[in-house]
Amino acid sequence: MRTDPLFQPVVSEARATRSVSLTFNDQPLTVPAGISVAAALLMSGISRFRATPVSESPRAPYCMMGVCFECLVDIDGVPNRQSCLIEVADNMRIRSQEGARDLICQPMNVRTVEVQS
Amino acid sequence: MNHESVDVVVIGAGAAGMAAATRMAGLGLQVVLLDEQGSPGGQIYRGITLAPLSRRDLLGPDYAHGNQLAQALTSSSVRYEKGASVWQVTRDHQVSYLREGHLYTLDAKAVLLATGAMERPFPIVGWTLPGVMSAGAAQILLKSSGLAPSEPLVLAGCGPLLYLLGWQYLRAGVTIKALVDTTRPEDYWRARRHLLTALRAWPYLRKGLELMRSLRSAGIAQFTGAEQLAVEGEEEAQALTFSVSGKAHRIATRCVLLHQGVVPNIQFSQALRARHVWDLDQLCFRPVTDPWGELDVPGVYIAGDGAGIGGAQAAAVQGQLAALGIAARLMTIGTAERDEQARPLRVQLESSLRIRPFLDALYQPKEQNRIPADEVMVCRCEEVTAGELRSFVALGCAGPNQAKSFGRCGMGPCQGRMCGLTVTEVIAKARGVSADEVGYYRIRPPIKPITLGELAGE
Repeated sequence: MRTDPLFQPVVSEARATRSVSLTFNDQPLTVPAGISVAAALLMSGISRFRATPVSESPRAPYCMMGVCFECLVDIDGVPNRQSCLIEVADNMRIRSQEGARDLICQPMNVRTVEVQS
Repeated sequence: MNHESVDVVVIGAGAAGMAAATRMAGLGLQVVLLDEQGSPGGQIYRGITLAPLSRRDLLGPDYAHGNQLAQALTSSSVRYEKGASVWQVTRDHQVSYLREGHLYTLDAKAVLLATGAMERPFPIVGWTLPGVMSAGAAQILLKSSGLAPSEPLVLAGCGPLLYLLGWQYLRAGVTIKALVDTTRPEDYWRARRHLLTALRAWPYLRKGLELMRSLRSAGIAQFTGAEQLAVEGEEEAQALTFSVSGKAHRIATRCVLLHQGVVPNIQFSQALRARHVWDLDQLCFRPVTDPWGELDVPGVYIAGDGAGIGGAQAAAVQGQLAALGIAARLMTIGTAERDEQARPLRVQLESSLRIRPFLDALYQPKEQNRIPADEVMVCRCEEVTAGELRSFVALGCAGPNQAKSFGRCGMGPCQGRMCGLTVTEVIAKARGVSADEVGYYRIRPPIKPITLGELAGE
């Protein structure tokens, strides 16, 4: 869900000289290079980073310093990444984390079956 | 897994870590400085080596000061490793960390923890909503990315960082809708007995007064003695509600920045089973150390805010004192030389700590914002409320560790960082015993998340 960004560059800030392209839930975003994933998402109007495993209530970064674990997202298929501690990179695929996580690794010889819920 | 032996490992490249590592390298020790961030500075000097001049100017001279520490570090022989997540420190000085997906282990003769402070949790109704952040978080966005709220924001709580951020926002042209201060007249009364000592730290005090004056003269709506703070909203923050002298207020905003001081980050010292005490002035646990910062775990030292809140200046001095203590332990210098070199540092330390008792008394967080009402979420990860926690106590839950088995409190990804102090205080109050008696969560490695694949050294 995108809304008006809650954070934006302050007036005195020069325009970033380099930018990177990444996606959030398949939506393409262009953000300045060198900033954290969390900062990039906040300035792109992403206000909800994940839904909690317990009640699926919306969450977003709280501490920005690796303490609160509220900014957890899935980056390039790896869940539970602390987006405030990871720098943006070109072609990063970021996904919000919805509720409880699935196991990421599945043995190659086990057939995966779609389960209707 | 890569194993290597070094003299000293320092964890954390903030004020204490940078100063300590540089000093030890100067004394001929082989030092590795591990830090989780991408550049040195810690939180107080976050991004100092990368911030453009305009941003440094905006943030003020105290921030710019960090550049001296960073430059001294860069020109020293310290091996600084950025992006290093330390997930385990053992009592026999083995430090394990993860860096770019690879595991490394260092065997050190001494370890210095310089992991600093974190903001004290501010548990109120609605503090989990998107749009609610700690003031420190918002300041990190400003320091590291030059970002500020795009809409009129509300600052709420108390403490120097809150006012400093307000001042920085004013300089940046950011609109502050209100400053909702929880400080009450009786706080000034309580702090007055420390005023004489504080006056001897006049430059600091004057800076604070100027800061407050600039906030007042900017015409920001100010409320003092605010109580019953709560954030309204379903999917995100919509308003901050509170009362002043019984009168209810509501300020509509999408951005609420909370702050009520900082507390030592004790994850490592707790995991090492070092002795901790409850600090009655700062209302938090801190590890017990000797005058050089050594814990009751031989060869493991702690310096800076992690040992008790003293601020950045004090941290840099404490870092150097620990450096001398470690150098003497490793017999690079004799104890007479250690004491000689420490003498001016002790004078500096005493001077930079003078303001503390005054600040601690004046901005002591309010009980209602530390030991919240039943409906308030205490454990954000596992969504346990203060009321549920109290019901556990009624059933016989005596402390934080039992609270885990009663209701998963403290068992989420943050490993109790965000609820630990609140849980201790809620249980202590409910049982009618001291925080010391209730104790803290038993912290175990991994201190930072690590995948099984990484652990297996894939």
